[in-house]
Amino acid sequence: MQALYAQLLVGLINGSFYALLSLGLAVIFGMLNIINFAHGALYMMGAFVAYFLLNNDYLSIGYWPALIIAPIVVGIFGMILERTMLQWLTGLDHLYGLLLTFGMALIIQGVFQNYFGSSGLPYAIPDQLKGGMNLGFMFLPVYRGWVVVFSLVVCLATWFLIEKTQLGAYLRAATENPTLVRAFGINVPRMITLTYGLGVGLAALAGVLSAPINQVRPLMGADLIIVVFAVVVIGGMGSIMGSIITGFALGVIEGLTKYFYPEASNTVVFVLMVLVLLVKPTGLTGRAA
Amino acid sequence: MTALTEQTLPVTSRAMRDEMIVFVFMALALAAVPFTGIYPFFVMQALCFALLACAFNLLIGYGGLLSFGHAMFLGTAGYCSAHALKVWALPPELGILAGVAAAFVLSIVTGYISIRRQGIYFSMITLALSQLLYFIYLQAPFTHGEDGIQGIPQGHLFGIFDLSKPTVLYYVVLVGFLAGFLLIYRIINSPFGEVLKSIRENEQRAISLGYRTDQYKLLAFILSGTLAGFAGSLKVFVAQNASLTDVHWSMSGEVVLMTLVGGLGTIFGPVVGAFVIIAMQQYLASYGQWVTVIQGAIFVICVLTFRRGVVGEIAHYFRRSL
Repeated sequence: MQALYAQLLVGLINGSFYALLSLGLAVIFGMLNIINFAHGALYMMGAFVAYFLLNNDYLSIGYWPALIIAPIVVGIFGMILERTMLQWLTGLDHLYGLLLTFGMALIIQGVFQNYFGSSGLPYAIPDQLKGGMNLGFMFLPVYRGWVVVFSLVVCLATWFLIEKTQLGAYLRAATENPTLVRAFGINVPRMITLTYGLGVGLAALAGVLSAPINQVRPLMGADLIIVVFAVVVIGGMGSIMGSIITGFALGVIEGLTKYFYPEASNTVVFVLMVLVLLVKPTGLTGRAA
Repeated sequence: MTALTEQTLPVTSRAMRDEMIVFVFMALALAAVPFTGIYPFFVMQALCFALLACAFNLLIGYGGLLSFGHAMFLGTAGYCSAHALKVWALPPELGILAGVAAAFVLSIVTGYISIRRQGIYFSMITLALSQLLYFIYLQAPFTHGEDGIQGIPQGHLFGIFDLSKPTVLYYVVLVGFLAGFLLIYRIINSPFGEVLKSIRENEQRAISLGYRTDQYKLLAFILSGTLAGFAGSLKVFVAQNASLTDVHWSMSGEVVLMTLVGGLGTIFGPVVGAFVIIAMQQYLASYGQWVTVIQGAIFVICVLTFRRGVVGEIAHYFRRSL
């Protein structure tokens, strides 16, 4: 039973990364109509920024400030990308957005691979979150519990921001009809840039969270992003809440598979995707594309 | 949704004549390769990728469907051909047939699943399906995991042509490529190809005209996947191995890049693109991971400034369809 609970926990943690990443993708897709293929690379950048902050002799900034600084740094980087490149694709077929962000992902990953090789760099768990708790039925490493709770809070906060606040209302209105929202005197291009920054920041935040668990390495986002794409197809990316729930649920299902039938743990998400598509092509919470 | 590619010019006798002249020129130039100092293995490899890119282009350039998982057909056909040749000791022609048949079956299944969604969702589904196959091949015993299937016997095609001789192999690959190319050319210029183009331009209107667009798209997917499989089978004879690299999703990305560089929706574009990218990899190999960065940069530049690709720009300049 111990092993089952351990796998469930691993599943929940992976689920939090899936949820944070697919949430960011959903936010970006809503405003820019682009599937951000560079999302995995920016997630990796988040982890690397945290690593630099800690290991630079002059800075040696630890985990807690990095949790705020890294998403901001990567978010600003993302906004620069949006202003210099993505902006020029407005009105074109959204396949071009996919291709452009794919190219950006190759560049970012390639540069990091040149400087750091492909092997992983260690990142220590912060002192406050070391050790574990005995829950009676299982042993819970504190850091892992923290990741699950914190990402859940961030997901819900993002949901609240978009669905319940004035700013979110503008955002949703601009997705529906940018011209009209512009006529009301709202700077839509700036909002798009900020939205891309927000989505990218969420990816970077996931990167910082994952740094102490998974090693920091240039390709850490490359394979993860394809699983997240499958999560997005299953969830349908129709609603913000939908991508959060699908993300966590699929992580848990993956964890259960690892316990009962480990051979299929790499493929279960893709198999689920096929099954969902056969029954409901729009995805679980999706609208028609 | 704006059109993905330039509106193709109407098929006129002049366009057909232009294309035929270029085709004959291309065939003659490729046939002359063994008499020049060019390394034949490089050209053979490029021809396999050119056929793959042409098959991919059939789907995106004429059907508007961006498959991000075409490596799965290349890799599956490669593995099946390699297994048939090495373990079952089949002659080359049956080995190729086994690979193409596997790609055919795979394209029916994956096509049926993926055409249920459109646009970027279609791309993401094909990508996920190819990653599913990647993990299966990683674990399946017959593919030998990370090692791949190596030392594949080349044998005698139809019992006559000795494929272990580089020149013979070169002409066999060339004939295979030209046959595949002409088949794709024929498909594009058939009534089926015209319907496909109308679906790309405006699917709703095609539906309202009474076409069952899903069936057309599925057929295009099957044709494209099967031809991509044919490229994978030919590649086995050139490389004499089948490995995980051919199924990995980065290979699918390379195919997209080749087609984009050459020109989406142009007939000769994918061939030019494949030669450009393979030559680049060959000559920049010593730069290690910078090759990835350069490829990424080409992607970005093509999408931002150079959307028609090499052949597309030339054709646009001369106002011809190529």
